[in-house]
Amino acid sequence: MEFAYSDEQQMLRDSADRFGDQHMGAADRLARLAEGLEGSRRRWSEMAALGWLMLPIAEGDGGLGGGPVEVMAIMEGFGRHLMIEPYVTCCVLTPALLHGGGALADELLPKIGTGEIRVATALFEDDGYAVFGVATRADDGARLTGVKTHVEDGADADWFVVSARTAGDHGDRTGISLFLVPADAEGLTVRRYRSSDGHRHCSLTLDNVPATLLGERDTAAPRIAAAADRAIVAHLAEAVGSMEAATAATLDYVRTRQQFGVAIGTFQVIQHKLVDMSIACEEARAITSVAARSLMSDTPDRALIAAARVRVSQCGVVVTQAAVQLHGGVGTSDELVVSHHLRRQMMLDLILGDRDYHRGRFIMLSDR
Amino acid sequence: MDLDLAPADLSFRDEVRAFFADSIPDEWKTTVRAGLRLPADTLTAYQRRLAARGWGAPTWPVEYGGTGWTPTQLHIFWSEASAADAPAQYHQGLELIGPIIFTYGSQAQKDFYLPRIISGEDWWCQGYSEPGAGSDLAALRTRAERDGGDYVLNGQKMWTSYAHVSTRMFVLARTSVEAKRQAGISLILVDMDTPGLRIRPIHTLDEKHHTNEVFLDDVRVPAANLVGEEGMGWNYGKVLLDRERMVAAATAMFLPQTLRAVRAAAKRRRVGAATLFDQPGFRGKLAQLEIESLALQAMVMRLVADAAAGMDSGPRGSMVKLRWSELIQQSTALWVEALGSAAQHYEALDAKGEGSGDTPPDMPLALQGALYSRVTSIYGGSSEIQRNIIARRALGL
Ligand SMILES: Cc1cc2nc3c(=O)[nH]c(=O)nc-3n(C[C@H](O)[C@H](O)[C@H](O)COP(=O)(O)OP(=O)(O)OC[C@H]3O[C@@H](n4cnc5c(N)ncnc54)[C@H](O)[C@@H]3O)c2cc1C
Repeated sequence: MEFAYSDEQQMLRDSADRFGDQHMGAADRLARLAEGLEGSRRRWSEMAALGWLMLPIAEGDGGLGGGPVEVMAIMEGFGRHLMIEPYVTCCVLTPALLHGGGALADELLPKIGTGEIRVATALFEDDGYAVFGVATRADDGARLTGVKTHVEDGADADWFVVSARTAGDHGDRTGISLFLVPADAEGLTVRRYRSSDGHRHCSLTLDNVPATLLGERDTAAPRIAAAADRAIVAHLAEAVGSMEAATAATLDYVRTRQQFGVAIGTFQVIQHKLVDMSIACEEARAITSVAARSLMSDTPDRALIAAARVRVSQCGVVVTQAAVQLHGGVGTSDELVVSHHLRRQMMLDLILGDRDYHRGRFIMLSDR
Repeated sequence: MDLDLAPADLSFRDEVRAFFADSIPDEWKTTVRAGLRLPADTLTAYQRRLAARGWGAPTWPVEYGGTGWTPTQLHIFWSEASAADAPAQYHQGLELIGPIIFTYGSQAQKDFYLPRIISGEDWWCQGYSEPGAGSDLAALRTRAERDGGDYVLNGQKMWTSYAHVSTRMFVLARTSVEAKRQAGISLILVDMDTPGLRIRPIHTLDEKHHTNEVFLDDVRVPAANLVGEEGMGWNYGKVLLDRERMVAAATAMFLPQTLRAVRAAAKRRRVGAATLFDQPGFRGKLAQLEIESLALQAMVMRLVADAAAGMDSGPRGSMVKLRWSELIQQSTALWVEALGSAAQHYEALDAKGEGSGDTPPDMPLALQGALYSRVTSIYGGSSEIQRNIIARRALGL
């Protein structure tokens, strides 16, 4: 079991760190957020120039074929600097679904890698997170009708990958297919929202929307689950980067903040909290590394990935809550970056299924 | 929670229930359940309505315009207010400075300020914390120097909640430098319109403006605005500590509001053929919080019973505050969970998103409530400080 990064992976990690320092420094975070889409587009094209966008895309699809550990190295930097670009959704999740998906998919993939277009994936409905809980329907002519409650990072997408039921009933494992829909399709209503962490999402209402089938009909569920696992592990790395950054900031703070004539870091209760925070970081990093390595196998340990998703989310939320608490009042201010780490961790806790959903998956997958 | 109520209390309960039934507009309720404060003018209107009914100052003695209610009556009043989704009353004036004024203030101060608090004419803010003095309040550096018939204040206050909507502020300031840090601190009342006073907003993690920095540059106030004796300000804080248990008690009584909001959201959300509320896992989590909330209500009743018996409630106020902050944090988190991924939709990016059919009515209140709830374990004495107080004062450690 290898935990250390290779030289090349380390270089990626350092480059993501430098990029974050330069473009999303903690001190001017609010100004960056206020720029909205404009700033994000600028950073996106710089990321494209660095080759990051094509890194996770398969070589045959016009990408660099980077693996989960390379993605992890980059995502740590995303987490540490709370970068808000839609990297995981657009460059990890979507390409995994487009792979081998037919002519249109082949055409879109290289354009994602160069940053020319953004493609988001619409899987979730009010119904719940479950991959099989799809109520959106496709008729025989591939026209889609339904509601996708939340499309992660979907606000500025040019295309959507949309899951829909083509056979069977709600909850069935088969009968789910994927479709491609352009953002300006007739009958498609896109409602755009900003999240509290600066990400830009949307919801979709589809009313008889013409769509292109992506890959084989009725068999998309396992593909969705596998692609989601890659995205989940990337987000776990982001969570680890963020919780480590919040812990480091807190450590600095308790060494310098004076109350009652001493640094608050001399109070034992504060020391113990920081110890617990650092244990949680260690735990999260370890299980994330193991999960990333497992993804490299032909038969990834899906129960392990579900377990990692549950545990890392818990650690991330607890650690950043403690970071806010130990900063006292300033920790709750908009100006200081610690509260932004908490906001991101709370949202990461909801991405691609909440904790209960993944705990349920863990039970299902490990009760053999 | 049912008490064995005497007939008089039962009819009092009916009276209170009737009052709330037609005093709380629907549009207040969701905000209130999120544990978020209503806009200042709304709160003022609410206070006026209570005052008109003679219930403006539930915890005050009759001689100062209060209700003189028994603790049981208070408990009934808060329970009914909570059940009706009424907001908690703005406590800075009612529970913090009001009681100090009627205990230590001059006759002129009592005559002028107390009725204005009850009627809602004055909103007070609390100018205690400073950049270098949070948990360690005795480290405060704001000075008040006597100059003829005035005090001249210089310094900086921080985290002054609602300074931007308040008419008056009570300030702790140094009137002399003494070896013992707690000595030489005085309590002074400041009109917010006084020249030299400047307010800068602080935005919190919920992206709202609740609190402020307040800069005092040669702020001149009449010496008559000193409360009690010069240099004794710290001691008056002890009365506050005593009153604070009532703040904690009142606030804790409002926790069930948030739990009802969680219930409503879970009942609304369909998961497959049933609702989220029907899922045993979710239901179990909600039940756990409801159980802990009931335990908290029981703690409040005991606190109130102590007060009725004229007993020192010891650390129970701190205990209630601590548990309440934990539970409001967990309840709002569960609310976010109940909304599901839509909880990520914090603000519509274009007009289409607004008021659209797919937006839950309590979005983004749940998330805002969850974020803002993090301050409850920090302000009014952080949870760490409360634990220190309990360890030292109650356990003798
Ligand atoms: C939203 C908001 C509204 C507020 N409103 C007001 C207001 O209206 N008026 C007002 O005067 N103040 C107000 N406050 C200030 C509040 O009372 C202080 O933030 C609080 O007392 C903590 O002080 P601090 O922020 O300086 O944190 P610090 O005192 O610096 O504490 C930092 C951390 O160290 C811990 N700590 C400190 N000392 C000890 C110790 N001895 N043992 C163990 N742990 C310790 C704290 O618990 C905290 O976790 C408000 C604060 C907030 C966030």
